Amino acid sequence: MSLATRTASDAVTASLTGKSKDRDVRSMVFLGALWFSLFFGVVVLLALIIDTAIAGAPRFDLQLFTEYESRINRDGTGFRAGILGSVWLMATTALMAIPLGIGAAVYLEEFADKKSRVARIIEINLQNLAAVPSIIYGMLAVAIMGLLGYVYKGIVLGGAFALALLILPVVIITTREAIRAVPSDIRHGSLALGATVWQTTWRNTLPSAVPGIATGTILGLSRAIGEAAPLLILGLATVRDDPTGIESKVTALPIQIYNLSAMSQLEYQVAASAAIIVLLVLILGMNALAIFIRNKFQRSW
Amino acid sequence: MSKMPAEATANGTHTPHSEAPMTTFVSQAGHEPLPKLPPDPVMETKALNVFYGDFHAVHDVDLAFGRNEITALIGPSGCGKSTVLRCLNRMNDLVPGARVEGEVTYHGQNIYAKDVDPIAVRTHIGMVFQKPNPFPKSIYDNIAYGPRVTGMKVDSMDDLVEEALRGAALWDEVKDKLKQSAIGLSGGQQQRLCIARTIATKPDVILMDEPCSALDPIATARIEDLMLELKDDYTIVIVTHNMQQAARVSDRTAFFTAKPDKTTGNRTGQLVEYDLTNTIFSNPSDQRTEDYISGRFG
Ligand SMILES: Nc1ncnc2c1ncn2[C@@H]1O[C@H](COP(=O)(O)OP(=O)(O)OP(=O)(O)O)[C@@H](O)[C@H]1O
Ligand SMILES: [Mg+2]
Repeated sequence: MSLATRTASDAVTASLTGKSKDRDVRSMVFLGALWFSLFFGVVVLLALIIDTAIAGAPRFDLQLFTEYESRINRDGTGFRAGILGSVWLMATTALMAIPLGIGAAVYLEEFADKKSRVARIIEINLQNLAAVPSIIYGMLAVAIMGLLGYVYKGIVLGGAFALALLILPVVIITTREAIRAVPSDIRHGSLALGATVWQTTWRNTLPSAVPGIATGTILGLSRAIGEAAPLLILGLATVRDDPTGIESKVTALPIQIYNLSAMSQLEYQVAASAAIIVLLVLILGMNALAIFIRNKFQRSW
Repeated sequence: MSKMPAEATANGTHTPHSEAPMTTFVSQAGHEPLPKLPPDPVMETKALNVFYGDFHAVHDVDLAFGRNEITALIGPSGCGKSTVLRCLNRMNDLVPGARVEGEVTYHGQNIYAKDVDPIAVRTHIGMVFQKPNPFPKSIYDNIAYGPRVTGMKVDSMDDLVEEALRGAALWDEVKDKLKQSAIGLSGGQQQRLCIARTIATKPDVILMDEPCSALDPIATARIEDLMLELKDDYTIVIVTHNMQQAARVSDRTAFFTAKPDKTTGNRTGQLVEYDLTNTIFSNPSDQRTEDYISGRFG
């Protein structure tokens, strides 16, 4: 090897090795700060969950699910009413929000003139609606129930109105995204065969968008199932009956948790802690299902 | 659906051979030379101008598409070939801001007339796209889609599906997996499926926009063979960037170019020359045609 080439390769070696700029003090301090932020968030959350789980541990039993709230047998107090109530509320909410949300999304994506002012105003409003505090939707539901002539508003229908209004923006936005993800090639292929826009939407676009719609709806419902504020406004209270219809008096899991954890008796607080874990598992399960559906069925075009 | 005026509907019935005395042209490497202009055009454009918003995309195109002929539209990118093609079955209606002036006639009926339903137009004039776009459904459902949505009267859907797949030279490859998703097919098979899907609706005219540009040479050759077969039953208009392909399959060729506007600098497409393919390729009358063709052949 000649001297010249050796110096050249030495220069290359020198430029490639040595102290990295990525490891100087400032970078390390900054990285440390990032780690701390992440650590803080995760640790606080974990500590809360573990603390709650330990507090609720004595009550992870069957009675937690099968019994009603009880003043006499406080050790055996259960969340049957809340769980069944939440199931009824979710089902009714879904029945209201899914058709309305899909209808609105289909109209906005496939039929509305996207450049028109009305469409743009709706667009902005949808984004804003998604950020409105949930308690406002509760007040809206109170007003609707009042208009419908219901004096006692803590029934399935009332709660479902509030929650459906609450998740409607999410359902509309995710459905629109799912519809938009269906390539226009497919639409044009359908239209070129002599299909109408309506047929194309119904037979091609919507079926392809189903996984996206399902994901969005489940995420919406998983938000709704944890909500207490709009239901409190409606006056949902303690119930010792299983709901039998949309006009049944109803309570919800978060409401029951809220009520019991405010009581002074230790047994109630333990039960409330256990119920919090149940609610968390439910929400995590719904979110996991949503992610599963998205990964498994969502097409990439 | 059939808001299409009576005369057009009567002419363009769902069976291709319905129109009585059919001028039979000797197709390939003719024994009998074709007349210079199609004597019995299925479709014509008259002073066709297309605008996208303020942009004048195509200027004064006059073309005639002969029955059972393949007409190729060639020219440099952006000269408006796809635009003209999309006008032939009103697919341009789907482009926001697109505006069409002039006439496009189908059996003498202006398809841009006020009372014409574009949906009905598309059942007579089908389209195959550049990128194969099978629906995410089974092979069978892809073929049955058109007849189902248009409410075509079908004795046996199974027979129709088979006939369409045979017509597109795909039957032997897929006959055992009709219930499988069309997405699993190869690109070339997908494109033939799209052709099968189009002929299942029994159109009169088939428009193809660079149908082979996403395919390898073997798949391309199969589609070209298919086009030559389909020509017996259909009138075909094809856009292609492949000179050899135009020369191999087409009977007539229209050469377009884009001319920059003196004031705005916008490049407006226009028809330079329209003639028999043989003439265009061996003895073009316009210098620009010759430049383009010889440039491509090197
Ligand atoms: N949807 C559209 N909106 C606005 N302008 C368009 C649209 N489609 C095409 N154009 C313009 O119209 C002109 C003609 O386009 P066209 O797609 O018809 O060309 P082409 O000859 O098919 O080109 P290529 O060979 O690249 O496919 C181009 O200048 C193009 O930019
Ligand atoms: Mg094009």
